Amino acid sequence: MDARLGFSTVDAAVHHPQPEPVVRLRGFTRRFGANTIIEGLDLDIAPGEFIALLGRSGSGKTTLLRTLAGLDEVRGQDVDVPASRAVVFQDARLLPWKPVWKNVALGLKGDVRERAETALREVGLGHRITAWPLTLSGGEAQRVALARALVREPKLLLLDEPFAALDALTRYRMHELVLSLWHRHKPAVLIVTHDVEEAIALADRVLVLDKGRIVAEERITARRGERAGLSGRLREKLLSHLGGDDHGDGVVPFGPIAEAAE
Amino acid sequence: MAALAIDDAAKGKGIAPLPGRSFSLSRFGGRWLSPVLLLLLWEAGSRSGLIPERTLAAPSAVIGTLIDMLISGELPSNLLVSFARVTAGLVLGVTLGLVTGLIAGLSSTGELAIDPLMQIKRTIPALALTPLFIVWFGIGETPKVALIAFATIFPVYLNLYSGIRGVDPRLLDAAKSFGLSRWEQIWHVVLPATLPSLLVGLRYALSISILVLVVAEQINASAGLGYLINNARDFMRTDIIVVCLMVYAILGLGADWLVRIIEARALIWRPSIVEQ
Ligand SMILES: Nc1ncnc2c1ncn2[C@@H]1O[C@H](COP(=O)(O)OP(=O)(O)O)[C@@H](O)[C@H]1O
Ligand SMILES: [Mg+2]
Repeated sequence: MDARLGFSTVDAAVHHPQPEPVVRLRGFTRRFGANTIIEGLDLDIAPGEFIALLGRSGSGKTTLLRTLAGLDEVRGQDVDVPASRAVVFQDARLLPWKPVWKNVALGLKGDVRERAETALREVGLGHRITAWPLTLSGGEAQRVALARALVREPKLLLLDEPFAALDALTRYRMHELVLSLWHRHKPAVLIVTHDVEEAIALADRVLVLDKGRIVAEERITARRGERAGLSGRLREKLLSHLGGDDHGDGVVPFGPIAEAAE
Repeated sequence: MAALAIDDAAKGKGIAPLPGRSFSLSRFGGRWLSPVLLLLLWEAGSRSGLIPERTLAAPSAVIGTLIDMLISGELPSNLLVSFARVTAGLVLGVTLGLVTGLIAGLSSTGELAIDPLMQIKRTIPALALTPLFIVWFGIGETPKVALIAFATIFPVYLNLYSGIRGVDPRLLDAAKSFGLSRWEQIWHVVLPATLPSLLVGLRYALSISILVLVVAEQINASAGLGYLINNARDFMRTDIIVVCLMVYAILGLGADWLVRIIEARALIWRPSIVEQ
């Protein structure tokens, strides 16, 4: 483990003395009929830790996130998640018949308008408090979804490819927003993404999920904003894991096309 | 060469509508032109004796009769009777449609119990039940109200039920992830999502109710628009018949207007309405 690298491969044998984790999964398995989507997965998330979960489409990222969000039954499995958690989905999933602030306040009790307005101002939408969701742009809708998650002061914030549908500039702004909100509120964050750059820019720890298992785990020690240098090598490493095994159904650019041309 | 010729023809057509646009009548009074012309022809036909009064009264006679019937109170009092019938039938039918639609939509046991019955009921045209209802309920108000109620249950039921089943599961997931209870999910997500579809059902129910009213009122009525029409038929008063037809039309328009008002208020969040 070379500290100058700015990142390090996590060795399962090395024990990190850490505070009580907010999320703890042991041997978690999820099946749909005969298909095993996730198998024997162990996962700890420390309080305030920022984790990025990478994986190809269909690798089970959303399935894992739904479990952490408590949306799926976990009959008799060893799954510990905090009671206070919130989710931001890829599509903002705002209720179109409620004005923005009521969406943010959904399910809260007490003086909710005040809290909703504060949260909306935090994500820079203080001027759209009474707007109808269907009049928002994609980026604005996603910021409302962030406000709706944060207003609950969650211990665990789950983000499922939240910025995949946004243009590059908006996505970059959203990264800064998420980081500043994370600094202020310090929830543990798990962001699902298929964008290696996004994972490197945001996370303390990057996990790669493939065929229901975590096949790689990288801890990034370099400060955010000083990661441009390490990005190249780490990116190659993560991409190679994302490509799957070398002879399997991994990335074989132009393979089939070359065949077809013969 | 043929392609070229077609091309030229298309170009010619593309230019043609422009001078038409400057003809202002087609934009403003245009839609009223043909109905007014028809009325004038009708009036002329009646005056010249081409259309005998027994076949159809002249428009001017119809208007005179309308004013007379309004002043004498004959029309308002009978309209009120018909209005009360259709309202009672609608309240009953819509309520039953709401209750059954909610039960079948929200619970699978309820669906199992109710939906087959509703599908059977759908195959029976409501008006075909008229003789049976007369046997059961006699010839008073009850069979008329019952027919209207029976006919209006289904559109409300079907639209509510399919609306509930069609709620976006992703929105429900989001609500669940924020810890909303089952009842909170129904209140905040399911019911508002169903509203557009329910209003469509309501609009159907209203227009069906007026259709059934017209037929049900032919059952030996002693008051109401149907009674007026039956009486007028016996005395060959085509002017009164036309007045009553106009009132039925106005009832239908009023019902449509009512649902539009409800829609504009309840569905204000929809962009097409927001933009206005
Ligand atoms: N409710 C479900 N029923 C059956 N199969 C499912 C269900 N949800 C997900 N899957 C399957 O699980 C696999 C992983 O899906 P998902 O977790 O959504 O992948 P990812 O988010 O990584 O793209 C896919 O092959 C998908 O078809
Ligand atoms: Mg997914």
